[in-house]
Amino acid sequence: MVDPKSVTEMVAQRRPPDLRRGALGWLHANLFNTPLNGAVTVVTVALLAVLLWPALQWAVLQADWVGDTRAACSGEGACWVFISARFESIVYGFYPETQRWRVNLVFVLLALLIAWLIMPRLPAKRWVGLFALVGFPVLAFFLLVGGSFGLEHVPTRRWGGVMLTLTIAVVGIVGSLPIGVVLALGRRSQMPLVRGFCVVFIEFWRGVPLITVLFMASVMLPLFVPTQVEFDKLLRALVGIMFFWSAYMAEVVRGGLQAIPSGQEEAAKAMGMGYWQRMGLIVLPQALKLVIPGIVNTFIALFKDTSLVLIIGLFDLLAIIRAGLTDSEWLGFATEGYVFAALVFWVFCFSMSRYSQHLERRLHTGHRH
Amino acid sequence: MLRSSSRERGPLWRDPTFRALLVQGILLLALGAFIALVVSNTMANLEERGITTGFGFLQERAGFSIPQTLIEYSGDSTYARTFVVGLLNTLLVSAMGIVAATLIGFAVGIARLSPNWLLARLATAYVEIFRNIPLLVQILFWYFAVLQALPSPRDSHSLFDVIYLNVRGVVLPDPQALPGFSATPLALLAAVIATWWLVRFAKRRQARTGHTLPVFKLSALLLIGLPLATFVVTGMPLTWSIPTLTGFNFQGGLTVLPELMALWLALSIYTASFIAEIVRSGIQSVPQGQVEAAKALSLPGGIILRKVVIPQAMRVIVPQLTSQHLNLIKNSSLATAIGYPDLVAVFSGTALNQTGQAIEIVAMTMAVYLLINLVVSLLMNLYNARTLLKER
Repeated sequence: MVDPKSVTEMVAQRRPPDLRRGALGWLHANLFNTPLNGAVTVVTVALLAVLLWPALQWAVLQADWVGDTRAACSGEGACWVFISARFESIVYGFYPETQRWRVNLVFVLLALLIAWLIMPRLPAKRWVGLFALVGFPVLAFFLLVGGSFGLEHVPTRRWGGVMLTLTIAVVGIVGSLPIGVVLALGRRSQMPLVRGFCVVFIEFWRGVPLITVLFMASVMLPLFVPTQVEFDKLLRALVGIMFFWSAYMAEVVRGGLQAIPSGQEEAAKAMGMGYWQRMGLIVLPQALKLVIPGIVNTFIALFKDTSLVLIIGLFDLLAIIRAGLTDSEWLGFATEGYVFAALVFWVFCFSMSRYSQHLERRLHTGHRH
Repeated sequence: MLRSSSRERGPLWRDPTFRALLVQGILLLALGAFIALVVSNTMANLEERGITTGFGFLQERAGFSIPQTLIEYSGDSTYARTFVVGLLNTLLVSAMGIVAATLIGFAVGIARLSPNWLLARLATAYVEIFRNIPLLVQILFWYFAVLQALPSPRDSHSLFDVIYLNVRGVVLPDPQALPGFSATPLALLAAVIATWWLVRFAKRRQARTGHTLPVFKLSALLLIGLPLATFVVTGMPLTWSIPTLTGFNFQGGLTVLPELMALWLALSIYTASFIAEIVRSGIQSVPQGQVEAAKALSLPGGIILRKVVIPQAMRVIVPQLTSQHLNLIKNSSLATAIGYPDLVAVFSGTALNQTGQAIEIVAMTMAVYLLINLVVSLLMNLYNARTLLKER
């Protein structure tokens, strides 16, 4: 052994052990640190190779991309011509070709509003938000339905595709949020009748599947109104969807209300504020901020479930694609059709869920209990 | 000095009690008026369309056949029977889905926490892909793009020449019970009861004396050994009906409809992605200090997992898991999109179209789901009350 005091020279520098850094080191630490992990890695890689390579070949490498008739399909991989040939109807449904600028205008407005609301730096969020919830739906209604201001009337049975999917989603979101807030407040009310009504209302809608709600909306609602009233099929579905999701929204909002310390409301009471002032100025702003991620998650669920209107015969994105599959000229393209539908829905839902996670991190500043 | 009480309390409409009464009175009136309006409209509409109300139609002959029935059913059966057949089919696919979704969900959820980078990423990809695609798209994909693309019965894919996969479904060997077989399920039941008793006994004994029993090994022995022994002793009273190809279709065996398979696959895979997230967050919710404290007591790894981590994680997992199971049951109603004969498809679909009894049929269908929801919620509340943190 060397006596420590006798060392007078610098010990020559040595390179650190190789296995701690670099690509090899990373592999060792994350994939092959134990024999079991090594085996798991090998099996996973093999599985991925077996599954992903043929999928990639089918979807991209051997796929047919250009053309506009069935003749363009070589049959080796996917034939995306099936989608591109009917792209217009996938987006607009049966909306008259000359009037499609109206749909485009609404799309652009919607995109601008969303962009404005999610970019943190832009000002006047409150007013833009209010416009998105109130002004925009009214404007979009007049633009899409027409029949006034010199616009040609387009009946809702000609709506379809992405446009219908977005319509249902936006109306569902805009409608269910306020109803949900009112229901959540009602459920915490001191008045037994109001509370009882809200509890029964919420638990009823949460207890039944959306399909039965849509069935009810399409076969029972016409019985509930006087015979001479023409009840639009789309409107019926929208009413059902709004009620159904408002119950889920109410539970999310209630979670937020419960998280606000009761001292907040008591303090507001001591200031002499009335019920609506206390709720509107003190409790709800804090509670809603807390549950924004939950609200976005409900939006995602709502967006996914818009596809259910297919069952009551509305032609949303999925239904249009399915209808295209029964076209005698295009039989046998089910995989392409459903993969495309899945992709469109996935892009929408995944970006919403990413945004919700981002919000969760950003808003995690105030309330720490 | 006395002041009049009304001055002190202010005007009547500022009195909270009075206002509460007023609001509730208005609500009651509005609700009553709304219901009266709806009922009178409905009555008028029904009369105009010549539809008689009531549940009398349940005793009428249904006159249509159902491709999958768990109980005896024919075209001559009544609508009441249709209802039961549909309900049983719903329960069948729900039970299959719940088991598979829970298994896949736990596997994926645990894989997301794996130290193996690749496996964890793969599990994340699974969750992000499948929970962001609508269930209906997944059902249609499995049914039309995968199962309907399978070969005809004559060119079936086969496994060991006993299991066949073709466009008409999966054909499996069908177990046929011979006389004397009923003793085996009875033995299984006895084993379950004995295991339950054993677990209780072992717990009490440990609490009293501190000695443990090898409960897991003993119960495994009971649960497997007892039915197996009974089966052998009674002379193995079971034969298998092996499917054979005759002409264009299979004879014998048990055919699982492609509709059932598509629905089962989609429901399990979709719900599993949600369960995986619940399992992951449940395990992560156990504070690290708990594990460290257990290690400081030098408890072995297996015991830490079984006695410290899992019980605390389960308290978070179980309520959310149940709500996913309920979602799965409700989502099984999407069966109607591919024609699997569940409650909604045969009752709210075919039966409603034939009879026109919209109100009764939709109400009955909704009542079934509400009832299931209510019962499970009640059980859940009991569980929550039992596992609640006992704080000082």
